[in-house]
Amino acid sequence: MAEVRLEKVVKRYGKLEIVHGIDLAVAHNEFVVLVGPSGCGKSTTLRMIAGLEEISGGTIRIGDRVVNELPPRSRNISMVFQSYALYPHMSVRENLGFGLKIAGQGEDEIKKRVDEAAEILGLGELLDRLPQHLSGGQRQRVAMGRAIVRHPDVFLFDEPLSNLDAKLRGQMRVEIKKLHQRVKTTVIYVTHDQVEAMTLADRIVIMRDGHVEQVGTPSEVFERPVNTFVAGFIGSPPMNLIEAVVTTGKARLADGIEVPLPPDARVSEGLPIVLGFRPESFAPRGHSLHADARALSLSRTVVIAEPLGTETILFTTLGGKDVQGKMLAPRPVSPGEQLEFTLDLDRLHVFDHASGVTLR
Amino acid sequence: MSAGSIERPWQRWAIRIGVFIAMLILVLPGAWVVLTAFRPNIEVLARPAVWIPQNLTLHNFLGIFGRLDTQQGLPVANYFINSMVISVTSTVVAIAVGMMGGYAFARYRFRGKAALFLGFMLSRTVPGVALSLPLFILWSRLGLIDTSVGLIIVYMAVNIPFTIWLTDGFFRQIPVDLSEAAQIDGCTRWQAFWKVEFPLARSGLASAAIFAFLTSWNEYALASQLTRTTASKTMPVGLMDFTAQFTVDWTGMSAMAVLIIVPALVLTFIVQKHLIAGLTFGGVKG
Ligand SMILES: Nc1ncnc2c1ncn2[C@@H]1O[C@H](COP(=O)(O)OP(=O)(O)O)[C@@H](O)[C@H]1O
Ligand SMILES: [Mg+2]
Repeated sequence: MAEVRLEKVVKRYGKLEIVHGIDLAVAHNEFVVLVGPSGCGKSTTLRMIAGLEEISGGTIRIGDRVVNELPPRSRNISMVFQSYALYPHMSVRENLGFGLKIAGQGEDEIKKRVDEAAEILGLGELLDRLPQHLSGGQRQRVAMGRAIVRHPDVFLFDEPLSNLDAKLRGQMRVEIKKLHQRVKTTVIYVTHDQVEAMTLADRIVIMRDGHVEQVGTPSEVFERPVNTFVAGFIGSPPMNLIEAVVTTGKARLADGIEVPLPPDARVSEGLPIVLGFRPESFAPRGHSLHADARALSLSRTVVIAEPLGTETILFTTLGGKDVQGKMLAPRPVSPGEQLEFTLDLDRLHVFDHASGVTLR
Repeated sequence: MSAGSIERPWQRWAIRIGVFIAMLILVLPGAWVVLTAFRPNIEVLARPAVWIPQNLTLHNFLGIFGRLDTQQGLPVANYFINSMVISVTSTVVAIAVGMMGGYAFARYRFRGKAALFLGFMLSRTVPGVALSLPLFILWSRLGLIDTSVGLIIVYMAVNIPFTIWLTDGFFRQIPVDLSEAAQIDGCTRWQAFWKVEFPLARSGLASAAIFAFLTSWNEYALASQLTRTTASKTMPVGLMDFTAQFTVDWTGMSAMAVLIIVPALVLTFIVQKHLIAGLTFGGVKG
């Protein structure tokens, strides 16, 4: 059993505090993804769990042990680095077996476990090559193989796919998911890519500036973002966010358009708010996801249309802001065309303008 | 040679002639010394000069080792042993200490790091000879004049800062991730160093070792001040034994010079293999 628990974990470099008291509990065999913009402290947090950075405050537990003072080798973890960090002077086989050799395993046991890992990751023919003779995707596989041979309690991944091209990244994402289904282990995975986070995670931890903004399943953080930051960060294309003022139970936009607010929105008259809606809740009539939803009709002029095949992204304006809509089952649309859009009123997000916190 | 097709013939010849002249200037003095070492004295001193060697002989080498009746030998064997002991010891110590220092500079942050590094570099700006008088006084007080230890200390002091500077650069090129990956794989920091970082830095250490060895092996100015007798005289200082008040034994001196050059060449060739192996390692990225 290996849960990982972070309690009030702080990281300081000198006087500069980078991570401000993170609380997080990762369950046994859970796949948790830390996601957030570059520089928000994801790697630092992961490296504290790994033992590569000192912990300035709080406690980290792996299983039932407090590991704050333990060196990396005593934590029974393994880690896949963004650079893969394969040992350049060792063959793939030696790379995979290195940890076992250090642990004093016998030749036969090492061979058995290396072959097993090579089989899982399809590294069979590559075992005698040096890392410099491997492609990016192959190096990535070796790095994962090196992580699984030791049967660690926890896998740590730090942006393992960001050095791959888009296509390979998609493939490896699926491989990682398969690997986790096959080799059940607790995983903590860092990425700045919200698509990776959504597709891989059992639970997502969204971070900003050394704080945790929200923890939840992919659908929770997508459907019920707690603030404008999470709302804008998760989902692609991003959620449209428009300033508005509450007027007689409606949101009045800068251009005078009034949008009925959900009945459960905790708003008071005159409150400045931010109205949020995803592009898929804003579609031309007859091309929306939820045909039967309560909807507001809005006639808008299309500025740009981006056909993506199964859908077309439409750029237009609302409340003085550029907004995007999504047209399902698309027909050709030309710029300047006037379309009747429907705004799905059941899927509106309402945030406090001052704090950005959700009001639903 | 894909570029060859673009060059005009006269350009190609101009380049060749240029290279030839440069090589001539570089190689000729050394070649002349080697040649002189194998020529009879009479031919070397002949007037008018004999430019093309008429006959080659090992006579000069036998002479300096005292194997001829006509001439008293020199303690070349002693000089050689002194040179070896002093150069090898100072090199080994400089590499061991310099490697640790270079690693520390490359991997750790500590207070005064930049100033210390600058200090090491500044120590290189002082010409060694300028230190010879203070060194002489200090060493004579300490009883280190005319001892191997005295010279070893001097050469260590010269070589350690340079080795630190060189190995710092080599360790910097090795991604920190590798050591961290090794530590996660179960190594202590010490094991991670020996099993991962040291093998990757080997080419850098080899070149540092060549530099350190050659510096000590060829050094003359300080050695000539700090040594007196066969107890500590090194090969370059021994060269001066061939000058008397009014004459210079050119052939003997050249023979000795060859004895100085050969070990340096052999070492360079041996270590060169590591240098090349190391350079191809450098191609590993990500
Ligand atoms: N050794 C260090 N000294 C000072 N600041 C650091 C150090 N390492 C990282 N930081 C800072 O900590 C912040 C978080 O870094 P990091 O955890 O790498 O971000 P992320 O992985 O989310 O992109 C960054 O602003 C970075 O500049
Ligand atoms: Mg990072």
